[in-house]
Amino acid sequence: MELGEVVVAATDIEKYFGTNHVLRGVTLEVRQHETVMLIGRSGSGKTTFLRCLNFLEEPTIGTVRIGDITVTADPLNRRGRRHREHIRQLRIRAGMVFQDFNLFPHMTALENCIEAPVRVKGLPRDLAIATAERLLDKVHLLHKRDEYPSRLSGGEKQRVAIARALTMEPRVLLFDEPTSALDPELVGEVLAVMRDLAHEGSTMIVVSHEMGFAREAADRVVFLDAGRVLEEGPPERILDDPQHEAVRRFLRRLHTT
Amino acid sequence: MSPEPASADEPQIVRDIAAARRRRRLIFVSIFGLTWLVLIGAVLGLIARDFDVAFLGTWWQFILGGAWLTVVLAACSIILATLLAVLGAMGRLSHNPVINGIASLYVSLIRGTPLLVQIFFWFYALAETGIVLEPLHAGIVALGFNYGAYLTEIFRAGIQAVPRGQREAAEALGMSESMLMRRIVLPQAVRIVVPPIGNEFIAMLKDTALVSIISIQELLWKAQAAGRPQVRILEAIVFAAAVYWILTIVFSFLQERLERRLARGDR
Repeated sequence: MELGEVVVAATDIEKYFGTNHVLRGVTLEVRQHETVMLIGRSGSGKTTFLRCLNFLEEPTIGTVRIGDITVTADPLNRRGRRHREHIRQLRIRAGMVFQDFNLFPHMTALENCIEAPVRVKGLPRDLAIATAERLLDKVHLLHKRDEYPSRLSGGEKQRVAIARALTMEPRVLLFDEPTSALDPELVGEVLAVMRDLAHEGSTMIVVSHEMGFAREAADRVVFLDAGRVLEEGPPERILDDPQHEAVRRFLRRLHTT
Repeated sequence: MSPEPASADEPQIVRDIAAARRRRRLIFVSIFGLTWLVLIGAVLGLIARDFDVAFLGTWWQFILGGAWLTVVLAACSIILATLLAVLGAMGRLSHNPVINGIASLYVSLIRGTPLLVQIFFWFYALAETGIVLEPLHAGIVALGFNYGAYLTEIFRAGIQAVPRGQREAAEALGMSESMLMRRIVLPQAVRIVVPPIGNEFIAMLKDTALVSIISIQELLWKAQAAGRPQVRILEAIVFAAAVYWILTIVFSFLQERLERRLARGDR
């Protein structure tokens, strides 16, 4: 699909945990309809960077723009309440899918999917239900709409979590290792949903080790190393002909395990 | 959950095992019940010589009338305690030093002094400053504030036991701090704290006896009122104890059912 305007622009993101310098100036622009895959060894900062995009981790330095909202890091909270509200607006524009699903266990699949549209966006309940049902159907789980998360398999939970993120009509979807907590036989159904989303033109940023998904669905692969972007490009180039030894070593180790 | 009844198509040994298990269970329950009967019978036998059944025949309705107030007292106090505990727990988790300070002082002060002293404070001591509470109100306030402090710590632990990912998921959906507290964290914390709150309620049922000292006419007060003039305290107290016991058994049963209902949707 033809890429559109820049939807996500993260500029010079730095993150310290105490004195531990985890992100050392990461800049990333993602265009509408684009799927970007973040890869790298554990500790390279890819998950931290993803979490900085919606300020679940507040960057120490840097600026994030998603759609029409721009937020600059304010780790000392000098701007107080206004800053918190800007972050909230930023988050509404980004849907997030977590490694451990994080469905609300006291709500059914459907209730999980209408909670934010009704409470945060103020959507009328019947409209929210119609949207939620359409999205649950999209992830092939409409028949589970009244089940509580405890009655769903891991793959089903993650697909509900994807539907829940979609109900807010975000400008971008952030995936934080969405298949890492799944039993191997359940990985496929989640990746299939993600692949469909990518091919339909959703804008996605994915942290994952699923190189098959990178080949099938990603427009671009970004390799992070020690808090910096070491190499980026189309998946075939990064996966088959990487320029840096670190990338080659990473891919080799991934294939042997 | 009870095991599936063995059906006819299972091999003989499977049916034998199930039958043996039923037999053991029956024997256990029978001996268990018999033990209770013997022990209770022995105690009653020891006191039977001095036990005036006719006295209870006249007075049991009067004494039992106090049980109603006992339950009402406990119910009102646990409601007050729960409200205080929610506020207290939020305070104890607050980053605001004033709010945190108030909540921590409350918990420390209440847990550091005897309940009986607190009952005297609310009823007698406060009256000297011009704030005169009805005995019943003083009793509810004393029990409510006391149990509120203990429940505060239970609630705080409950809130902290809600996984961090729940908060993050709510934040990622754009919920404000107060909304995610109300809609996501507290409902899950409540399910964690219902069993301990039930325990506290049952403990409170018994602690209501303490407020008989400020002449609230609950179960123990009535037992004493009936027993003392005729020197039939043994009968009155044994009867009151039996009523407390039955009350706690009934509420334990109700609590168990509530817990099972709340477990709905649990992971």
